[in-house]
Amino acid sequence: MTAQRKVWGDTLLELTREDDRVVVLDADLATSTMAVTVAEGNPEAFIQVGIAEQNLVGMAFGLSTMGYRPWLSTFGVFLTHRALDQIRMLVSQTGAPVRIAAAYAGLLNGSSGKTHQDIEDLAIMRAMPGMTVLAPADEHEARAITRWAAEHDGPVYIRYARDAVAPVFDADYVFHPGAVHRLRDGGGDVTLVSTGVQSSRVVEAAELLAARGVDARVVHVPSLKPVDGDALLAAISGVGTVVTVEDHSVINGLGGLVAELIAERGDPDAPRLHRVGLADGWSESAPNAFLLDRYGLSAERVAEQVLEALGHSPSPSATVTVTAPGGTVG
Amino acid sequence: MNLTPPQRPSTDELRLLADTGRWNVISTVAASKAGHIGGPLSAMDLLVALYFGQLRIDPAQPRHPERDRFILSKGHNAIALYTVLAQRGYFPESELASFDHGDSRLQGHPDMKLTPGVDASTGSLGQGLSAGAGMALGAKRRGLDAHTWVMLGDGELGEGMVWETVLSAPRFGLDNLTAIVDVNGLQQYGWPAGESDRFDRSEPLGHVDLGAVFTGFGWTVHDIDGHDFTAIFDAFDAAEAARNHAGRPSVILARTAKGRGVSFTEGTYTWHNGVATEEQLRTAKAELLEKGEVR
Ligand SMILES: Cc1ncc(C[n+]2csc(CCOP(=O)(O)OP(=O)(O)O)c2C)c(N)n1
Ligand SMILES: [Mg+2]
Repeated sequence: MTAQRKVWGDTLLELTREDDRVVVLDADLATSTMAVTVAEGNPEAFIQVGIAEQNLVGMAFGLSTMGYRPWLSTFGVFLTHRALDQIRMLVSQTGAPVRIAAAYAGLLNGSSGKTHQDIEDLAIMRAMPGMTVLAPADEHEARAITRWAAEHDGPVYIRYARDAVAPVFDADYVFHPGAVHRLRDGGGDVTLVSTGVQSSRVVEAAELLAARGVDARVVHVPSLKPVDGDALLAAISGVGTVVTVEDHSVINGLGGLVAELIAERGDPDAPRLHRVGLADGWSESAPNAFLLDRYGLSAERVAEQVLEALGHSPSPSATVTVTAPGGTVG
Repeated sequence: MNLTPPQRPSTDELRLLADTGRWNVISTVAASKAGHIGGPLSAMDLLVALYFGQLRIDPAQPRHPERDRFILSKGHNAIALYTVLAQRGYFPESELASFDHGDSRLQGHPDMKLTPGVDASTGSLGQGLSAGAGMALGAKRRGLDAHTWVMLGDGELGEGMVWETVLSAPRFGLDNLTAIVDVNGLQQYGWPAGESDRFDRSEPLGHVDLGAVFTGFGWTVHDIDGHDFTAIFDAFDAAEAARNHAGRPSVILARTAKGRGVSFTEGTYTWHNGVATEEQLRTAKAELLEKGEVR
């Protein structure tokens, strides 16, 4: 198992060696995002702009007009929030080929807590005209997507996870924008749809469900925009219940995408949708296992929520109520 | 009841508090297996001086309206603030063990809704000085006697928002606002070191005449050794004396060493964050707490 951020750093180093137009601009997090691999392996291709994310995006845009193919290196949260206006005007509205590598995506960021947990990025970036929005499941898909994005002539937003997950693809995986992937066939009872590294935990959840007599199909959506809506609807058809699972707010991410597709199609036989993800609230600082359990994203907790959605009586541990961390003062 | 300034402890007492605080930082971060070291250690003397010798506060009334405010704009140094707040009596020192553990009042970055004594939530760099300017302006408009202190990192000065506040605070005459920049010579990664650099990477602001910059924007500048308690209090006294008189904010450029006080963390970017091994913990403890004489 290899972490996506490591794959990104390694692949980027290869890309900078193959093509001297490829550069990475860092806002002082290279040792976390793994752009440090480029800084050490090919210093000419590494540009440190300092702790200045707005400047990071502005300079990347400028370089792109000079024939460079820039990548951004910082935590995703500071791109989709601090530098959003710059992404909107200089990148999205111009169609500049700036590759927005969102490091430490989602909930699991090494205990930094809610200030660093970007659980709104898919909602924001999905609404950004002209933006390609990608969330690879594992190391193999992360490599393929990085290579694809390097060739793409337009803005790309990519989620990269901090920590490794069990791979769901093989090393010969090929990325096609918009495609959806069945990671587990069958699914007489329910279809689980996921994105990013959460898909790996959802495959595990499907195994847990199988052990409890529930037959679940798993569909992975790496490309939130563009997406092949027909393929996605086909992949979830034929069962009564579809559960989306995402390391993101339940609002306007993958669950939102699937809801839009189902509603627009207006098929009376469409499956009933349940959205699993972060409720409309903030999380906290804690080790990964704690967070996955507390916020319902571990394989175990996903399986419990699927059983609930299917109307099975909840097991005692499935009735955990989420409370604000530690109570509040004043 | 009005809050009064604390009786200043002796330099020896302050050193003991600061080195105990440093030990709390390195041991707590090791126990929770994640956290920052270098900035907390460089800032510790300044924080101890503020909380034990300067701020008019009452740990029993963390929301006292007349209190002086403190904002740790470089919020990744939260554990440094937590240990000083605990030492000062806002919550038991034993609670430090809950840092980053889940269900804790001590989050990875300061959370004003959870931790008694935290005046502003921070963690995304660059926002604290602006929040402090709002507090200082609010105090002026409400006729409150409070002074607002904001600590920033030298790397953090890269954020544009800092400079929006540096430009605008003098226009509001905020002489009740003091910025403290912990010029510890390193950020997380930065640039390769050159000839004139103090440490193993480039000084983030090595190419900037910081004193001239702040003076040019209309601030009063105090450039000091941030590990010298006499110099620290001289600067605090000058900033405090300016309140309601000077018509302009003050900035203290505190020259410090990142990772100060522990041999293997001092002066290296590699300890921006990190988890000490058992052996490193023994070394740190010996250097901080078991040395025969005070540094
Ligand atoms: C807006 C923003 N960008 C990036 C970060 C990630 N980050 C945390 S600490 C740090 C380096 C800070 O360096 P400095 O301000 O010098 O702090 P110190 O040396 O005192 O620790 C970075 C880049 C952040 N927390 N917020
Ligand atoms: Mg610094």
